[in-house]
Amino acid sequence: MAFGPFLLLALMEGLVTAAVLALAAAGLSLVFGVMRVVNVAHGEFYMLGAILAWVVASVVPGPPAVGFVAALVIAPVLVGALAAAADGLILKRLHYDPEATIVATIGLLYMIQQATLSLYGPNANPVPAPFEWRIQLPWFGYSGYKLFVVLAAGVVLLALWIFMRRTKAGLIMRATQVDRTTARSFGINVDLVYMGTFALGAGLAALAGVLIVPIQQAQYLMGGDPLLLSFIVVIIGGLGSLRGTLIAALVIGLSDGTISMFFTPTLAKIIATLLVAMVLVFRPQGLFGARA
Amino acid sequence: MALEVVSLSSGYGPITVLHGVSFRAEPGRVSCIMGRNGAGKSTLLKCLMGLVPARSGTITLNGVALHGLPAHEVPRRGIAYVPQGRRLFGPLTVAENLAIGGLVTGNRPETLHRVLTLFPRLRERLTQTAATLSGGEQQMLAIARALCLDPRVLLLDEPTEGLQPSMIALIQEAIVVLKARGVAVVLVEQRVDAVLKLADRVAFMVSGRIVEDRDVSGLRADADAFRTYVGV
Ligand SMILES: Nc1ncnc2c1ncn2[C@@H]1O[C@H](COP(=O)(O)OP(=O)(O)O)[C@@H](O)[C@H]1O
Ligand SMILES: [Mg+2]
Repeated sequence: MAFGPFLLLALMEGLVTAAVLALAAAGLSLVFGVMRVVNVAHGEFYMLGAILAWVVASVVPGPPAVGFVAALVIAPVLVGALAAAADGLILKRLHYDPEATIVATIGLLYMIQQATLSLYGPNANPVPAPFEWRIQLPWFGYSGYKLFVVLAAGVVLLALWIFMRRTKAGLIMRATQVDRTTARSFGINVDLVYMGTFALGAGLAALAGVLIVPIQQAQYLMGGDPLLLSFIVVIIGGLGSLRGTLIAALVIGLSDGTISMFFTPTLAKIIATLLVAMVLVFRPQGLFGARA
Repeated sequence: MALEVVSLSSGYGPITVLHGVSFRAEPGRVSCIMGRNGAGKSTLLKCLMGLVPARSGTITLNGVALHGLPAHEVPRRGIAYVPQGRRLFGPLTVAENLAIGGLVTGNRPETLHRVLTLFPRLRERLTQTAATLSGGEQQMLAIARALCLDPRVLLLDEPTEGLQPSMIALIQEAIVVLKARGVAVVLVEQRVDAVLKLADRVAFMVSGRIVEDRDVSGLRADADAFRTYVGV
């Protein structure tokens, strides 16, 4: 393949990575922004989304599209409910102490991972894409589903942005993010806001997991990579900044896609990690984060 | 609509700050609390808002207990709070800060209109973020945000601290208007002139105790009280 088309293909692959990453990272960033909780178990919510997509797809009869649409709704809701329970049972009891919650979410990570291993097993299972059509470009054919993933992530992120900026619930979350004590003295039930935020963050990760599973297969260890990449994106973009998260996801996704194709995936990860180190040294609040 | 505090004790962790404070605020009256830095004035207001738990004693509004309520229930009873140092939601716009103030009363347009009539300057700044306002405008916003709750009781913690005289006058005028509307105003204030101008009653606080609580009329002639308790 000539250089031009090859680059195009690499960029398209990168865009798919960026889209899924942006969804997962937006959830992580939201939870950190509003609750000041670094959720180490975030990747497990992504993994659970993928596994539940497989479960739903194998249970729901009919064409793959039906099972897939069902999974798009059911998996994030179930994972969100699990996260809400984890919030009430664990994080709230720790009074959202920043250090204690890191340790607690590490524990949560292992609990979810081992429970999945016990119930689902070690195998990777594929889930059929909801539709099969390919887009025929002059140089190569490309999966229509992958483009759908990019589109779907874009729509969800736009909806998230509108939710945060234009709805009463979003306003309440932003006020709580700025000053939870003052928020309480204006009638905001901070416990409820935290529970909802943790559920929403987990739901976004689960949604990313559902979207990726027709491309990647569902397996109980798949949460590691997205956790690392989400942290990279969130640190570069600035913790708690949705805009920064999106831009950083694009940068990391596109560079990961192209470097992986032209060189090796390992080099891509090395470069991304170096980038994080440089951001941490020269601009610790992230490229778009407000100075703490 | 009297707010009544009886033998209230409170503090932070092992430290007791308030030792059996009793205090009253009545509708249409301005009740001032004076005292040196660290006397416990802000702690008293935080305790009234449920932000610092009461250890003993009672807080009632018209006979209904407020102590023990979760903090987010207190504003639902009609109590609004202007904290010391304003504590605005800086990255949020002026309109959004006001919307947070009006959450518990459903953000009625007529309430917002009334608040913006009292502080017309804020109307011109609705889409600006709170952090970009001047100090005086920020204080106006802090009061306006509390008024969006259409409160029966308004707690103000040093609302004119660090402001220019012209701003202080504007804020004092607003307090006079609120008093005339029948709001029970609790004002923590360090300036003697402001207290003499606005207050109906003055309570002096020393080390977490109310040591004197009297009508302002008797105080006008008695500069000693201020000298003793506030050090001016
Ligand atoms: N969050 C806190 N934790 C521990 N002690 C505090 C806290 N806030 C205030 N204090 C202490 O409580 C006492 C009263 O403080 P405060 O109520 O702010 O006084 P005032 O408003 O009269 O200046 C002071 O000794 C202060 O150091
Ligand atoms: Mg104070």
